[in-house]
Amino acid sequence: MASTAKTIEPIISAAWGKPQSWTLDSYRKRGGYEALKKALQLEPAAIIDEVKKSNLRGRGGAGFPTGLKWSFVPKDSPKPKYLAVNGDESEPGTFKDRYILEDDPHMMLEGIAIAAYALGVHTCYVYLRGEFKFPAERTQAAIDEAYKAGIFGKTVLGKDFELNCYLVRGAGAYICGEETALLESLEGKKGWPRLKPPFPAVVGLFGCPTVVNNVETLASVPAVFQQGADAYAKLGTDKSGGTRLVCLSGTVNRPGVYEVSMFTTLAELIYDDKYGRGMPAGRKVKAVIPGGSSAPVLGADELDVAMEFEALKVKQTMAGSGGVIVMDDATCMVRSLWRVARFYAEESCGQCTPCREGTPWQTRLLRKIEEGRGEPGDIDMLSNVASSIAPYPPIGLGNTICALGDAAALPTHSFLMRFRDEFEAHIREHRCPFGDKPWGSFGDWS
Amino acid sequence: MAEPLFTSEEQKKFDAGIAEIISHYPPDRKSAGMLPALRLLQEIKGWLPPEGLRLVAKHLEVTPERAMEVASFYVMYHLKKPGKYVIDVCTNLSCSLWGAEKMLAYLEEKLGLKAGEANEKFTLRETECLASCGTAPCLQINEDHHESLTQAKLDAILARLS
Repeated sequence: MASTAKTIEPIISAAWGKPQSWTLDSYRKRGGYEALKKALQLEPAAIIDEVKKSNLRGRGGAGFPTGLKWSFVPKDSPKPKYLAVNGDESEPGTFKDRYILEDDPHMMLEGIAIAAYALGVHTCYVYLRGEFKFPAERTQAAIDEAYKAGIFGKTVLGKDFELNCYLVRGAGAYICGEETALLESLEGKKGWPRLKPPFPAVVGLFGCPTVVNNVETLASVPAVFQQGADAYAKLGTDKSGGTRLVCLSGTVNRPGVYEVSMFTTLAELIYDDKYGRGMPAGRKVKAVIPGGSSAPVLGADELDVAMEFEALKVKQTMAGSGGVIVMDDATCMVRSLWRVARFYAEESCGQCTPCREGTPWQTRLLRKIEEGRGEPGDIDMLSNVASSIAPYPPIGLGNTICALGDAAALPTHSFLMRFRDEFEAHIREHRCPFGDKPWGSFGDWS
Repeated sequence: MAEPLFTSEEQKKFDAGIAEIISHYPPDRKSAGMLPALRLLQEIKGWLPPEGLRLVAKHLEVTPERAMEVASFYVMYHLKKPGKYVIDVCTNLSCSLWGAEKMLAYLEEKLGLKAGEANEKFTLRETECLASCGTAPCLQINEDHHESLTQAKLDAILARLS
């Protein structure tokens, strides 16, 4: 369809693809670090109030209000405080933070400096997934530039406030995107999530108050002070301010990362000329995962929904990390869910029994059904196994310490709810109805 | 006497690297440097030999078991010497929707290895999402990222590996 989606002025992605966009020089020419100057003139508490007023919500998955999270850090603690940046970006379907780190890392660093000053943090760790070699190189170069320019170091832009920023690379573990597992990993341990409470704002890194924020969340902070909190809030809905990045992948003509308004719908993202440019010729949407592989799947008749936290919650799914995965009507739902289930089985950290045992069990059942060996009762068994990890509809967290259990069970519950007939057909026909082409219109490779 | 772990050049790199890593953490939290220290060791040796793990543990003032626990938890650490080129192929959902399973099958045939196997030149592995879903299919060779791969593009990349 032609472009009818509301046009927005890009904030986070404005410089992507432009020459040298990752350098301090380029960032400064675009007004970079002016927001930090403004923020440094405010009292720390006033900075937190501004971020609250902006309605900025976390872009890592949970959508928690950023200003509120900052306000949980105790003001009178005698311990040092820390900021940990979550750049573990490992949720299947999510690839936006990579672009920020590669193309405009200073935007995130400016957000870090503002956050650190507001929180009284003197040490920040930027934790990037281990596989992000090139993003880490760009980010480290930007950190080095920031030290040289007096943004980090003994003073921040001349203000008597010491701020050190260190980049740490993970080593391949999805679970380290969970904030307490990330802290364990930063402490030099295996990534086993911690029981909450206490929350990291009170007991975080090295037992000290710690804020964990996603890369995109921090990259959004400068705009709050550039435009003003009210103006930033007005870009979005009553409960969710600003713009956001969404990642479009799967069977769609033009995958990519797009900065959209909080009012842009899934249908617009998939079909609009500015974004996905529709489906391959002759094909229709069958299923869409709206917020990374953990988010419950939607059917083709459910796409007229804004890609925003509250709107997707109404549909009993989630905006999550902004990873939108499209599957066309030539895609096998059993095969798709099997692959997603394998991911969670591979990435379960092994700490909680329901997840450690349940995720491979789901995988075995799905493989059996996909390979034509399914028996009557297998679908109910699959549903039971998923419910044992985390029941549906969700009532808070499932039966595990962290949300990986929910993330592993929600796809199963939602695929069975919407595409049960396809699972039944596999069992009835003792084969995959899609034969050796389960992956849809683009599944061939040459 | 057993061969020393490091050449004098490597020893210098390791000592400087460890000192830098430890300086990033509070003095009583040296062990926090475990992931960067293991990465440093692997950059120098290509894998994590047992005597290297013991050395890292000593510098960070923890037991060798603790180093082993971390080294065996994360998939990017090599506890056995891998092939010269480690190829990690993403086959997660978005990549498979763009042919990743077929790409992996092509590589298996071309290299004469199944996913999970290794020879002196190559280690071939199936891996989880590499956060490159909009430019699928993708893979990494020794952590260098390659995306939007076609057979011609992949052949050209492989031809450059001596």
